[in-house]
Amino acid sequence: MDNPLDTQEKYSKYVDKKSPNSPILKNCFNAFWVGGLICSIGQIIANFCKYQGMEQQSANTVVSIILIGLAAFLTGLNIFNKIGKFAGAGSLIPITGFANSIVSPAIEYKSEGYVMGVGGKMFTVAGPVLVFGISASVIIGIIATFFVGG
Amino acid sequence: MEFLQSMDWMQLLRCFIVGGIICIIGQILIDKTKLTPARILVIFVTTGAILGGLGLYKYLIDFAGAGATVPLTGFGANLAKGAIEEVQNSGLLGAFIGGVKASAGGIAAAVFFGYLASLIAKPKIKKQ
Repeated sequence: MDNPLDTQEKYSKYVDKKSPNSPILKNCFNAFWVGGLICSIGQIIANFCKYQGMEQQSANTVVSIILIGLAAFLTGLNIFNKIGKFAGAGSLIPITGFANSIVSPAIEYKSEGYVMGVGGKMFTVAGPVLVFGISASVIIGIIATFFVGG
Repeated sequence: MEFLQSMDWMQLLRCFIVGGIICIIGQILIDKTKLTPARILVIFVTTGAILGGLGLYKYLIDFAGAGATVPLTGFGANLAKGAIEEVQNSGLLGAFIGGVKASAGGIAAAVFFGYLASLIAKPKIKKQ
């Protein structure tokens, strides 16, 4: 008898065979246009802010805040997860995915209370993003001092 | 409307295409590797920070606007850009202040709206 669970290698092949082939072209197409659309919405908001006389940096911050707020509430209403299933990386990679990654686990662990449940689990995915992002910025800043100070 | 007339439609098209392509890279990582979404987000932010630190990401922002700033690579690049700019103003101290300062709006919004949205949401009852 050929048992697929015999070795690690066999098992890995067995899983690959059994798991459904994800239609990568279709996924990429959906990710492309949804991701592009989210960025375009951001661009229109940024243009509107600049039209109102705002600076570029402030306009970018407003875009982030609005997109994050929208994604957070759409996740709360369980709409964003449906978009995510359809668009994959198209909704994950824009800043909306960051907001979604905060709200999703927070809702799931709501039963554990508002402090450790919601307040703590909010950062299961966003935490690593902030740890690596901020650490990278500190290291880059330290490296930059050699070029500025010297 | 005057605002619509002032819109740069070619810029919007570039934004759409570049933003879309960055998402395709993410989709390929999801489909072709076994990386979890958390790891993919971390990879994107860190890559953006490194490209921002090297001064390369700003060319993409000049070209595509929000197509480059809205994806998480833009978040990373913004952290790096903030750190470098603050270092120019206040030296080594700036390395610790600049990054978070530049992205404070996004981080605070994510924490605040994230908590608020979680409060109003009803937890799903899992069907077995």
